[in-house]
Amino acid sequence: MKREDDFQSRRAHLAELSDAELHQRFWALTAEVVDPLLELGKDNTTPSIERSVLLRMGFSSLEARAIVDGVIDRGLMGRGAGHVVFKLAKSEGLDLRTTGLALAEGQLWDRAACLFEGEAS
Amino acid sequence: MTVLSTHEKLDIDNILSGLENYRPKRRGWTWRQPEAKLEAGPFTFKDMSAPLKNSVALPSAKFFGDIDPQSKCSITTEIASGRFEDDIRRMRMAAWHGADHIMVIRTAGQSHYDGLIEGTPQGIGGVPITRKQVRAHRKALDLIEEEVGRPINYHSYVSGVAGPEIAVMFAEEGVNGAHQDPQYNVLYRGINMVRSFVDACEAKHVMAWAGMAQIDGAHNANATAREAWKVTPELLVQHAVNTNISERVGMSQEDICLSTVPPTAPPAPCVYLDLPYAVALRDLFANYKMRAQMNTKYMEASTREATVTHTLNALVSQLTHADIQSTITPDEGRNVPWHIYNVEACDTAKQAFVGMDGLKEMVQLSETGVLRDKAREIKERAVLFLEEMLEIGGYFQAVEDGFFVDSGYYPGQNGDGIPREIEGGIAAATVYPRDQDYMAPVTAHFGRNNVAQYDAEAVSDPSALIDGSTFEKPEKTIYIDELDENDNVGLRLAESHEFRKSPMITPEAEWAGDGTVLLTMFLPVDARVAAAAAIEFAKQMGLEEAEVINREVMHPAEGTRIELKGRVPFKVDVSKLEIPPEPKIISDDELREAIDNEPMRIVAGTVGEDEHSVGLREVIDIKHGGIEKYGIQCHYLGTSVPLEKLVDAAIELDADGILASTIISHDDIHYTNMRRLHELAIEKGVRDKITILVGGTQVTPEIAREMGVDAGFGRGTKGAHVATFLVEQRRQKRND
Repeated sequence: MKREDDFQSRRAHLAELSDAELHQRFWALTAEVVDPLLELGKDNTTPSIERSVLLRMGFSSLEARAIVDGVIDRGLMGRGAGHVVFKLAKSEGLDLRTTGLALAEGQLWDRAACLFEGEAS
Repeated sequence: MTVLSTHEKLDIDNILSGLENYRPKRRGWTWRQPEAKLEAGPFTFKDMSAPLKNSVALPSAKFFGDIDPQSKCSITTEIASGRFEDDIRRMRMAAWHGADHIMVIRTAGQSHYDGLIEGTPQGIGGVPITRKQVRAHRKALDLIEEEVGRPINYHSYVSGVAGPEIAVMFAEEGVNGAHQDPQYNVLYRGINMVRSFVDACEAKHVMAWAGMAQIDGAHNANATAREAWKVTPELLVQHAVNTNISERVGMSQEDICLSTVPPTAPPAPCVYLDLPYAVALRDLFANYKMRAQMNTKYMEASTREATVTHTLNALVSQLTHADIQSTITPDEGRNVPWHIYNVEACDTAKQAFVGMDGLKEMVQLSETGVLRDKAREIKERAVLFLEEMLEIGGYFQAVEDGFFVDSGYYPGQNGDGIPREIEGGIAAATVYPRDQDYMAPVTAHFGRNNVAQYDAEAVSDPSALIDGSTFEKPEKTIYIDELDENDNVGLRLAESHEFRKSPMITPEAEWAGDGTVLLTMFLPVDARVAAAAAIEFAKQMGLEEAEVINREVMHPAEGTRIELKGRVPFKVDVSKLEIPPEPKIISDDELREAIDNEPMRIVAGTVGEDEHSVGLREVIDIKHGGIEKYGIQCHYLGTSVPLEKLVDAAIELDADGILASTIISHDDIHYTNMRRLHELAIEKGVRDKITILVGGTQVTPEIAREMGVDAGFGRGTKGAHVATFLVEQRRQKRND
């Protein structure tokens, strides 16, 4: 979009504000811009976030990638990749790392899918 | 861990050894310790911080008792030559010159890499940021900071499509600061905006846990926009969006740093244009930290021009304030930065701040008038920008409509912004809604996390579900050494082995053994001819891959200044060099005793038409540690003393010696004067009795002796050197 600089007419409603009021307005508008962005962050996840969870659970970057790819393929991202490993480990009676490595190698996925079946929100 | 020895090179093999088990000493950013009144040499400084244990002071420090005051703000140097192992030595050099914020640039393309890179592949314009590389750097800096005596902050980038993973790896590896700004992904890397913001929330939350300082990406707008000073309202908006989201995901204000660059450079009236913006920014963001960066937008190949611009940038920082002063190497307009220019940039910042120390006690920014009016205008324009963003539907819509990086002075718009589609870009459609039972059993995870379904008590500490994540239990971190057997540090070190482990050396700009040299020459022809001729000169000098990297017209016809780089195709064995021994110095006590036992008298002056008396005074004056302090009686005759007068005075005063200083050296006048002095003393029949010493910055001792004087003293001479010579000479004469 091209537009001439119409600052002088546009600023009429700001002209009388004190500096403090102008600053307050600046930050109130900023917060309004950021509100929906922050909500997106709370309610969504991404492959990178899920891999970062798996890193923190003690998996390498290569293992985390393989597990998250499997989670995406089986439509389980909404549950959380770390959750998949955690829940499967509990139900199989295995430790987390053994469970994750099995998933990274393409094993146990049917069991994982079963665990979460029918529970989708 | 071993301690570095100041006289030994840092051994990269030691850094790499045992890396798999190395843990960083600390997390989080460390600010410098300000000292309200720093006593250093003859001065009291107002704006400095705690001094270093080891450092290289500015060249002129020797006139002021070798002081090396360090600014209050942290000083950044950006290092990344493509080989992290060579960057380590550069970090050490930069730290000795005052850098305590080491920013490592990533290799081109890493922001589009969906995941972590591992190992140590070579990079382009930066290094691939990997766990091994980061760990090696942090380990080296842990040693270097002990050596210089000040904590060093290590920094890289949490951007691109792997932000959260990189943030976690950085937190685990003790990285102290990072760039993080989703707007950078969106505008400059073409990454999907929804993905970028969702990732940013997690990455920032992790950074907050680790206490990392965050630097935003707003400054890129003025590096991109055609007329950089016109994007200032938008810059305020970009800073605000990133600042607000960072704080709301849990980052403390202390860790949120705004990346701000004075938008213009001379010959624009840059301070006049840049200062109102700097003031507006600091008004609005008073609660946050300022990371002032130097201007790159208008950089050309002249390092001198860049240095002046960067000094003016430091002036803006000093007149307002900066918590971190980032430096740009003055050679960035011509090549990937070289070692020496990292050091130069650090010195420029150090020199500028120490020179401007206390400025604000004497000079204040006007509270009324054009400065405040302009600042107010920029702020109002930013508020109008935010208002319109909300009117049209928010941030995403504003980006899609090309609001950002438009070269118009908002609300003016030129229609040349960077539009991005909400549904488009790299990694589009990779955002997944969290289900009701979504769960992640780890520390520092942002957003909805249904931990309660397993253990209500673990809600405040989700990692309790797994007996601690890597943040609590670093030993759970999995370290990958190398993945590529054809591209790794081991192979590169084997290639440069000779230059690291033997007495063979070759010049170096970036990498061990690169052989790169820089030549400066004036050629008395126009610029095009000069450039071609310079290459020919380089060839005949035996340089390979010669390339002109700067040319400046001195006059369209009279000539051109050329700077040229090339590669030296040979090496030198330093063990075979004949190096003159260090000058001998007799101890202060012994010198005093020798003079006490038998007094000594000298006459001194600068000779010829030479008014430069500073060096001579240093050598004589008791307060500068000159020869008076040993009891030598000095008769200072002043400046531009005729040679004959000096000899006559020596005869009249029955002096043991003459000290002549000669700085001016055109047509070798200094050597002519030496010979004449020697001859005059012979003519007057006193040469045997009087010792003649000559000093000056351009004096080469060997040539001085050829001219007939007893000794010549060059740059760096101290009173003790001269007194030692006088006493030794007298002893020798006695023995003869």
